[in-house]
Amino acid sequence: MDPLLLLEQFFNGLQFGVMLFLIAAGLTLVFGIMDMVNLAHGSLVMIGAYLATTFIGWTGSFLGGLALAIPATFAVGALVEVVALRTLYRRNHLEQVLATFGLILFFNEIVRIIWGPISLYSGLPDYLTGQVEIIPGAPYPVFRLIIIAVGLAVAGIIYAIVAHTRLGMLIRAGASNNEMVGALGINIKSLFTFVFALGAVFAGLAGMLLGPLTSVEPGIGEPLLILAFVVIIIGGIGSIRGAFIAAILVGVVDTVGRVALPVLLRAFVTDAAADTAGPAVASMLIYILMAAILVVRPQGLFPARTG
Amino acid sequence: MDRRQIWLSLATLAMFAAVPPLTVIFDQPFYMDMIARIMVFAIAAVSLDLILGHGGMVSFGHAVYMGVGAYAVGILSYYGLDNGFLQIPVALGASALIGLVFGAMSLRTTGVYFIMITLAFAQMLYFLAISLEEFGGDDGMSSMRSEFGGVIDMYDAMQFYYVIFVVLALVLFGLHRLVLSRFGMVIRAARSNDRRMQAVGFPTYRYKLAAFTLASTICGLAGVLFANLNEFVSPDVMHWTHSGELMVMVIMGGMGTLIGPVLGATAFLLLEEYLPQWMEMAMTNAGEHWAIIMGPILIAIVLFGRGGIHALFAATIWRSGGKRNG
Amino acid sequence: MAEPILQIEGLAKSFGSLVATDDLHLDIEQGEIHAIIGPNGAGKTTLIAQLSGELKSDSGRVRFAGRDITTLSMPARSALGLARSFQITSIFPDFSALDNVALSVQAHAGHSFRFWRPAGRDPGLRAPAQKILDEIGLGSRADEPAANLSHGEQRQLEIAMALATRPSLLLLDEPMAGMGRDESAKMVNLLRDLKGRHTIVLIEHDMDAVFALADRITVLVYGRAIATGAPGDIRANDEVRAAYLGTETAQEVSSA
Repeated sequence: MDPLLLLEQFFNGLQFGVMLFLIAAGLTLVFGIMDMVNLAHGSLVMIGAYLATTFIGWTGSFLGGLALAIPATFAVGALVEVVALRTLYRRNHLEQVLATFGLILFFNEIVRIIWGPISLYSGLPDYLTGQVEIIPGAPYPVFRLIIIAVGLAVAGIIYAIVAHTRLGMLIRAGASNNEMVGALGINIKSLFTFVFALGAVFAGLAGMLLGPLTSVEPGIGEPLLILAFVVIIIGGIGSIRGAFIAAILVGVVDTVGRVALPVLLRAFVTDAAADTAGPAVASMLIYILMAAILVVRPQGLFPARTG
Repeated sequence: MDRRQIWLSLATLAMFAAVPPLTVIFDQPFYMDMIARIMVFAIAAVSLDLILGHGGMVSFGHAVYMGVGAYAVGILSYYGLDNGFLQIPVALGASALIGLVFGAMSLRTTGVYFIMITLAFAQMLYFLAISLEEFGGDDGMSSMRSEFGGVIDMYDAMQFYYVIFVVLALVLFGLHRLVLSRFGMVIRAARSNDRRMQAVGFPTYRYKLAAFTLASTICGLAGVLFANLNEFVSPDVMHWTHSGELMVMVIMGGMGTLIGPVLGATAFLLLEEYLPQWMEMAMTNAGEHWAIIMGPILIAIVLFGRGGIHALFAATIWRSGGKRNG
Repeated sequence: MAEPILQIEGLAKSFGSLVATDDLHLDIEQGEIHAIIGPNGAGKTTLIAQLSGELKSDSGRVRFAGRDITTLSMPARSALGLARSFQITSIFPDFSALDNVALSVQAHAGHSFRFWRPAGRDPGLRAPAQKILDEIGLGSRADEPAANLSHGEQRQLEIAMALATRPSLLLLDEPMAGMGRDESAKMVNLLRDLKGRHTIVLIEHDMDAVFALADRITVLVYGRAIATGAPGDIRANDEVRAAYLGTETAQEVSSA
């Protein structure tokens, strides 16, 4: 098997993983602190992508578009939290699931009405379309490297916030026992809104970076959302560190697995069997990984919740 | 079950039974097909009510078992094995086995974890089905209706309808007994207070697993009927949104009441069918955007619906040996 | 002398840096009522949780009737004859009082993989359950939804559910929690009646009850047993007084 291909897939896996982390970060915080299942998180990915595409079109600049889309997504996130999600915190998980399920239907349709059902392409500026040799003889798209860099930077920023600021302390305390934090007199409502909007920005950012790679259409968030769930299950609810490690793991295993598995299988079974079973097993690989981890650690790798 | 609940169940079943002759009299065969479809989903919804409504297990991957049952029929049909007496045991066996395996792993967790894990496992099978190029992959494949050696003709619309009806009636009756039995008490009490159940001496895990497996098997049976109804199987039936829809049917109808989910399935599917048409009548080209009304309707049901449709019909009667409704 | 029915050997449990149970050694004699008292935060409920199997200890062993039960689950311990009542009422509010107790009976009446016959009309379950409710004094409230019972009645139901499992050892966690004077007196009489038929480990803050019922008392402070002995000895013990120094309880201890 071509080692350069493997290297390229590994980097694709990193890029995919970093994107999953952006989505999972906000999700795990909301689970951890507000104990809320929010299926509509994937919609925020989609909304971020649509906003970016629109603003890029208006400003004619990729960075300009992003600079507008990020605060806009924050605002949308805050709005959604205040208007729709606040009433759900007190509800049981089943009701949260169904209500946010209804939100997904609503958002997908709103987006379809405003932007139409046809996929949009946000395109990349010329300076981002090139390739770079990560090692001699191995060209790799610049944009994907930038995504990896952005993801790592965001991870670093989140870590800095969580570990070294008062806000981060509140987040960590809330993740392990949110009743206590409320009892301490912290303005829980504002904290929740801020945390949610922050998570929305990260999710939206993933969408904004995803746009140029694929197309932007209604419902792009949902498949990623479920993968983000897998990431959180593996990483442990409420844990940013867990989400990061699990996201990279899932991203790499899924991407590299799809390429490597059929080849690996050939060593054990006939070529024909490997070619049919390979893709099938590869698509199930991360779920099998998730199941394996759960057998050993039902709470995930780094669970933050005690309360 | 209190008396009103029994009356409601019998009345509903009577109405379902009356549909075919009525459609013949008024020459509207379409409605027989539509109600048949409703009954198939009702069976799936009732099976979910056992674990969700009675057992408190929020399984977000239940539609996957309809897919398992459907694909069992589809795959056997693909290889020319149309015999229903073979297909049904295979479908039930597969659904039970997969339910057992997924349940065994998922039930070691609770709360949010459980919800997400059941969803993830369902996604796994969904992607597996898509990757099965031989059986149509993403597009699915057509399938023949099951043969029962001349005893029943599944291609006869009215016979097929009554097959589905009998299955629904039997499932309702069987689960009604189950829910009141010792096993049912364990499941319901474990939902109320699992820790206490264990302290009192019940190893609750095995009972929940049994319930989970039973529910997945019944749902697999619904899948068999579904494949027969459509003469087509595709991964779409396992899509997670359908699992969500099953949950909506249970809540909308009234969870923990068995007949409630039947009513919920009816209401949901009728809404899905007619809401676009009503919106179209209100404003042209509005019909395709029915989801924008459906979404808020779901949210409203969750926030304001107390006990679902069932509660509208049956007052909250409490009786010892029974359960509190609504 | 008969072997102690419960032997706690070097039990330890910490939550991070908080030590809840600190190398605890304690023997419970068969047939006695053994009270465990101590200031709040002494680790009493944590101890009960470990003894009943709800919480896994960090180290140490527990023997029940000579048998090592340290790794056994809650249902397994219940099957051996160990029953527990909860400090915060833990019943089945949607079910009737009778059904609550009938469930306890059912847990020890073979397996529950019975799918057909209604449990609500099973005399094998209802008769023993009614009997226990009568003994407890809740007989007339059998068909009432448990949620509708008064607080005191619910505490009685707690005990009834534990009794219905036919235990040899009862772990009672503050059975009198939240009770008024009359209700407490009723409960004391109830527990006195149980004496001899069951061994009881009793956690309580109500000192009148403790001194009225207990054969022996153990004082728990910061997860450690600082004294064990007859009520009179405990009352006179300097260390115990020091532990309760300044609290109302100290005055109660010396004047009870």
